[in-house]
Amino acid sequence: MKLKRILSGVISAFLCIGMVAGCSGNDNSKSSTTKKAEAAPAASSGKTIKVGIINNDPNESGYRTANDNDLKAAFSKENGYEPTFAYGKTNDEQIAAAQKMIQDEVDYLLLSAADTAGWDTVLKDAQKAGIKVILFDRTIDADASLYEASIVSDMAKEGQTAVDWLVAQGLSEYNIIHIQGQMGTAAQKGRSGALDTTAKEKGWNIVSQQTAEWNAEKAQQIVQAAIDSGTKFNVIYAENDDMAKGAVAALDKANISHGVGKDVIVMGFDCNKWALTELLNKNWNYDGQCNPFQSSYIKDIITKLENGQKIEPKTIIMDEKGFDAATITQEDVDKYGI
Amino acid sequence: MSKLPDVNGGGSVLSRVMRNQILIPLAALFLLAIFNLIADPSFFAITLKENNMGNPVLSGQLISIIDNGSELAILAIGMTLVTASSKGQDISVGAAVAISGSVILRVLCGTDNSPETLQAPIIVAFLVAAVASMLFGAFNGVLVAYFRIQPMVATLILFTAGRSIAAWINNNQLPIAPGEEFKVFGGFIPGIPIPTPFLIAILCFIVTWAMLKFTNIGLYSQSVGINEKTARLNGLNPELIKLATYVILGLCVAVTGLIKVSRISTINYSVIAKDIEMDTILAVALGGNSLSGGKFNMAASILGAYVIQFLTTTLYKFKVPSTALPAYKAVVVIVLVVLSAPVVREKLSRLMKKIRSSKNTAENHA
Amino acid sequence: MQQGSLLELRGIYKTFPGVKALQNVDFTLREGEIHALMGENGAGKSTLIKVLTGVHIKDEGDIFIKGHEGAVQIRSPQEAQRVGISTVYQEITLCPNLSVAENIFIGRSKGVGVKWKEMNRRSAELLDSLGIAVKPTQQLASCSIAVQQMVAIARAVDMECSVLILDEPTSSLDESEVAKLFKRRRQRKERGVGIIFVTHFLDQVYEVCDRITVLRDGQLVGEYEIESLPRLQLVSKMLGKELDDMADIKNETKTFNDDGSTPVYEAQNLCSSEGIKPFDFHIKRGEVNGFTGLLGSGRSECVRAIYGADTVTSGSVKMDGKPVKITKPKDAMKNGIAYLPEDRKRDGIVGDLSVRENIILALQVKTGFFRPFSRAKANEYAEKYIKLLDIKTASTNTPIKSLSGGNQQKVILARWLLTDPKYLILDEPTRGIDVGTKVDIQKLVLKLASEGMSVTFISSETDEMLRTCSRLIVMRDRKVVGELTGDQLTQNTIMETIAGGDRK
Repeated sequence: MKLKRILSGVISAFLCIGMVAGCSGNDNSKSSTTKKAEAAPAASSGKTIKVGIINNDPNESGYRTANDNDLKAAFSKENGYEPTFAYGKTNDEQIAAAQKMIQDEVDYLLLSAADTAGWDTVLKDAQKAGIKVILFDRTIDADASLYEASIVSDMAKEGQTAVDWLVAQGLSEYNIIHIQGQMGTAAQKGRSGALDTTAKEKGWNIVSQQTAEWNAEKAQQIVQAAIDSGTKFNVIYAENDDMAKGAVAALDKANISHGVGKDVIVMGFDCNKWALTELLNKNWNYDGQCNPFQSSYIKDIITKLENGQKIEPKTIIMDEKGFDAATITQEDVDKYGI
Repeated sequence: MSKLPDVNGGGSVLSRVMRNQILIPLAALFLLAIFNLIADPSFFAITLKENNMGNPVLSGQLISIIDNGSELAILAIGMTLVTASSKGQDISVGAAVAISGSVILRVLCGTDNSPETLQAPIIVAFLVAAVASMLFGAFNGVLVAYFRIQPMVATLILFTAGRSIAAWINNNQLPIAPGEEFKVFGGFIPGIPIPTPFLIAILCFIVTWAMLKFTNIGLYSQSVGINEKTARLNGLNPELIKLATYVILGLCVAVTGLIKVSRISTINYSVIAKDIEMDTILAVALGGNSLSGGKFNMAASILGAYVIQFLTTTLYKFKVPSTALPAYKAVVVIVLVVLSAPVVREKLSRLMKKIRSSKNTAENHA
Repeated sequence: MQQGSLLELRGIYKTFPGVKALQNVDFTLREGEIHALMGENGAGKSTLIKVLTGVHIKDEGDIFIKGHEGAVQIRSPQEAQRVGISTVYQEITLCPNLSVAENIFIGRSKGVGVKWKEMNRRSAELLDSLGIAVKPTQQLASCSIAVQQMVAIARAVDMECSVLILDEPTSSLDESEVAKLFKRRRQRKERGVGIIFVTHFLDQVYEVCDRITVLRDGQLVGEYEIESLPRLQLVSKMLGKELDDMADIKNETKTFNDDGSTPVYEAQNLCSSEGIKPFDFHIKRGEVNGFTGLLGSGRSECVRAIYGADTVTSGSVKMDGKPVKITKPKDAMKNGIAYLPEDRKRDGIVGDLSVRENIILALQVKTGFFRPFSRAKANEYAEKYIKLLDIKTASTNTPIKSLSGGNQQKVILARWLLTDPKYLILDEPTRGIDVGTKVDIQKLVLKLASEGMSVTFISSETDEMLRTCSRLIVMRDRKVVGELTGDQLTQNTIMETIAGGDRK
């Protein structure tokens, strides 16, 4: 019995070490990526501003990694900030981190919530403590009075930009394989929604619509299955770059040509550097941006708040581009690739 | 209990197969095949085409199944041994595959994220990954065997931390291995129309067969899993044997990692081999092996892995809507697992006997 | 149902794959009687009990119980409990990780909550009345096997029941414990409860039972009043032949000619982590000796130390005069020592594996990891010993766990004989085994010794040891207190030595 208790202690210790190992790994990556984000001048007021940043797991995706690196570079000591970073895959972990930051009396709480619901109590606590909350990347289901601003990507707009581009291609017929992300995520809903609506309006034929859960390999299997069963298609609409890459692997295997002026149009999202390079090489046709560089927006808001200004409207939608293989340049790849 | 004629046996091949546990995955495979045959016979069509590199390749749903099921089958080998000896499962294989893949890319790409050429021979990359995976396997094995932590709990550590470690190995970057050379392991060897992953899997099966035939790993791991005390009194070292099975699983993980990253030449730490541990455990269960350790049937586990891939491909083929996919899979899995439960099997065999005896009496009356 | 009967079984059939365990068995238990169920191992006693307690479901036949209209269906142990059948099994079927009190009351509470205090208090009373010296809050696993068995009995005794089944509960108990149990049993009898008693101890049967039902090879031999069935007849009915008796062993000389040669095995100051005092020990070629003493005197721990089964803390060992190190079982095996453990189920068998695999296991380990036997070779070994020891099994492929206890024991014996040991240690090889097999094993031991093997033999039955051993090492309180040879080998001297000086 006693031994078991000791062992469970050992396990928890190991788990903690594991976590720390994971986190410290992220720190290591900082130095190599700092130069990437445009270094902003120190906060104008001269005093150090304490910011608590709660983000999702940086290993979740290339997008999240870029987002985390961007924030780390922007809110550095050199730039006049005193940052605390916390990561959580679930709301519980994030709320616990938020409570700790409130106790530590940070000036600003920057939050990218794992889940939309359940934030009321902790945000009220923050308000009472005079801490200003800025949401980034994801919105939450809470009263707007509880936060100062919300910087988001409009996933539906991203989807619409992509679909508009597709409309503009003016194909004689549209047979689309639609590879969805993890069902229920904001990105999936926004990007799927735009395609669904337009396809209905224009009478496009969606020959296969399945989720690959952001996974390249599953996308490859889905496209493979479609090819093997003799399905006709000329567009692959993948909701992120990884899945587009998987789909292309299946096309290559079956010797189906893809890219600019070829048999199949390939569309992806997130603007990974390698994906934009594929565009540059005309292997893919379109890549939609999901802007991870939110730090400049956040800094802007902090400066305004420090000067006593109000943020109106509270929801700020970031500029997001869509890249066409026909027009993309090397500069675009360097500047927007993540 | 004197020596009586084997009442159930009767020596007939059919009845002997009936009692073999490989029957379960076979039956499942048969049902899936029948379903596909009725729904769309073209499912079984196999054609020889050329891929974009001008190599002849076989394609068709069946080829996709043996291709994509390879990783699962390879992992099932290790998982079967781990289950047999340690009476539990390693839930960290998915994360470990991420680590193995990450190591391979790290060695191949060096410090550059997308180098022009491979920075090291592939074999070196694989060997480094194999050593790393076996070390992580040994880490799990030591926790289970020497610290006597329950396997699921012990491997939870790597399950939680593994993907972060994988990301850390490459400084959180996503390296891309250049060239066609590396794609061979997840694609095709020029001139050979059979998918390489399947060839690798076959190689693994042969090695496993040889291992079971020419060593005592089977007898030892089963003895340890069934009765550790007895095993010890018969001169075995239970801890060492458990550790060995985890190291073997580590090697399987390394091979899987190679195939996985080779398929797309890059890695996504959070989704590579995601949930594969569950499918692997399911493969072992579908093979009719008890998840609480002891006796195992390796061939049944491997077959179980392909049954799972058969199911997945079938669901993709029929374009089951994304929202309904998990539900379909769950239903099929529940049916398969329930059918393979010993209780149900006993009931079924009793039912069979009843039917047969009533038939006999009917014939006698006639 | 007949007048006065409590339980009736009519025409019970039960078949397992390859084995007809019960064929057309009848059984009647009357109010207030103690009814012995006798038979060799594998005769079907355990199966019959399990049918009655819902562990197995009968294939055919009817069960009638007083107070229940018509035939009763017993499909689970809970149902058996509901119709008033309470059981104590040979093998302990309690939960080792729960406390003693929890084990006594598990599955019996009404309602949702558990009244811990009440439960512990009542357990304490119950344990006290049975004279079991254990705290209700103690974890069961930390108790000795004997105490665990007593707890199982306490649990069954305390339950409201009309039929109490005792399936060899006494095989791991020593005499004083059995006496306490009998006392309690008579109280039950007065209350009109019927008791079915399964045992191998003939003394106990003739001491307490009213009636005997004998089974053989899954079939009913007959039901007898105790007075009308003398012992010898009972044994012959169980075996199905006139007993050629132990007489032919009994009168053999057990004197061992010490030729002054070097001992096969010699230990000095041997001591293990299990709390025995350091002891010296030796055995010569062809000698049969034994450790004797009360339950818990440390006799098993001594042989475990010899074999390296427990952690050896001190001592020096010589084999054939050469110093060797034996710290783990593998060392002992390499030196030609074989050990048949006391607890067959826990330490002996590998339940799910086949008879063949169980037989070859030790030799296989000795041969080495990279040199597995071919299937044909393994089968050959298995067949040879199945024949030699007359192991009753459907095939070499049958899982060992589906064999009867006696046959399992023979398989373990076969396993060790296959390794061709110089020195064979048998710890309670005859426990829970029928008379016929017991005699077989004793004969085998003497035969092996005559061929030059050294054997150490442990048994709780002293007469068995007297019949086989030429030298007895007597243990008391985990210490060697005496060594008896030649004329000293009588029941009386042994008892005196065990009891020690203050008894004289």
